[in-house]
Amino acid sequence: MEHAVRLRAAVTLLGRFPALAGVDLDISPGEIVLLKGPNGAGKTTMLRLCAGLCPLASGQGWVLGHDLHVQRRMVRRRVALLGHRSGLYDDLTVAENMAFWARAAGGESADVEEVLGRLSLTGRLADTRVGRLSAGQRRRASIASLVVRRPELWLLDEPHAGLDQQSRDTVDSLVRGAAAAGATVVLATHELERIQVLDPRVVSVVGGMVRADRDGGRAAARSGSMSGPPDAEGDAAGDGGRCAS
Amino acid sequence: MPPATGAAVLRDAWLIAGKDLRIEMRSRVGLNQIVPFAVTVLVLFAFALDTDQEALRTYAPGLFWVTVLLAALLAIGRSFAVDLADGAADRLLLSGIDPIAVFGGKALAIAGQLVVLEVLLAAGVVLMFDVTVYRYGLLVCAGVAAAAGVAAAGTLYGALVAGLGARETLLPVLLLPVVAPVLIGATRAFQDAFGAAGAEGWAWLGLLAGFAAIYGVFGALSYGALLEEA
Repeated sequence: MEHAVRLRAAVTLLGRFPALAGVDLDISPGEIVLLKGPNGAGKTTMLRLCAGLCPLASGQGWVLGHDLHVQRRMVRRRVALLGHRSGLYDDLTVAENMAFWARAAGGESADVEEVLGRLSLTGRLADTRVGRLSAGQRRRASIASLVVRRPELWLLDEPHAGLDQQSRDTVDSLVRGAAAAGATVVLATHELERIQVLDPRVVSVVGGMVRADRDGGRAAARSGSMSGPPDAEGDAAGDGGRCAS
Repeated sequence: MPPATGAAVLRDAWLIAGKDLRIEMRSRVGLNQIVPFAVTVLVLFAFALDTDQEALRTYAPGLFWVTVLLAALLAIGRSFAVDLADGAADRLLLSGIDPIAVFGGKALAIAGQLVVLEVLLAAGVVLMFDVTVYRYGLLVCAGVAAAAGVAAAGTLYGALVAGLGARETLLPVLLLPVVAPVLIGATRAFQDAFGAAGAEGWAWLGLLAGFAAIYGVFGALSYGALLEEA
């Protein structure tokens, strides 16, 4: 497999409006890629497109070798997407949520106890209903439920949001470990200073298009501007945005 | 990705059903909201027809099934609300679970809740409406077949409505006309079970079983496309 992600003139619609307006992007296996850009730039939509949740309206795309036009179900089984929402069930405990998603992943799931331990979700917290967790604990549980799937492509939207320093370090460690093990990681975040420790390749997304693509992420993140031109779509490309074919 | 085997589909359907039932037992929405709602509807019917005990006995099967269908709307809406609440619906898509298993699991969980509700309401009907059950076998078979049919159609239309983003208001408008045959068949079967002459309950049971089978197959085949839109 030459590329983990390959997009060519990729267009994705939210309703009638193009959230991605002709994206060209190649991501190699094992890379850590940072998508940066203003709110509504299309970062979340790009992550959802790569997850197989948004259809391609036009253009071409392949994720982990699967064609995004006809093989999105195959893509989904091999990726993990951390969105703005937790993806967990409030009335189940942390351990029950983990067990459910691990079993849903089939035989390829990681050891649930080990993952809960890494994210400091053991003991009483493991037996607490997700609906009673703090925002940070809930975010950690959401990340844990992705880790148990052992994805080949990690798609992380603001992975540090709501986390304390220790949990942020743990997430960074998980990302580095995943990349070292051969998985590809694509993050979207506004915390550019924070993300320097991962030394990512930086891809700037503005107005649904890739405006700049720079290797050597540490230098790029230092010099790159966090604020791009205002986008007419506002936050339409957020978690709640509905894709259209 | 190879197609899911029958055993894997069954395993995943059981996983989904177990998850949904555990959430309902834990949240107690069914016990604290849906059951009281259904009992209240039955009581209101009793109040409305209170002066005519014979009318209550005559119309008890129809009133029972109207109540079940109204309560089923709440159970079906709830089943999809828990998946949509915090993004779990997307996670289900990403899990790679076969849509047939998701459909089967959700329908199984809804049917299980409806059967429990029917048992409670049947007891209420016997006590409040003073009816006597003469054919328990027919009563049980019709109750299970009707629950299966309503659950299958409800799961299908619940996913459709969730995709349209107007689930609270649109579901009754779409689903109630579709399940009208269940209302008719189950009412006739219960009339027979309650001793009404000439109701031919076992023949109506065939209609209920056929409805459940058709919507079960149709739902399983079309559920994948519906999930894409949800």
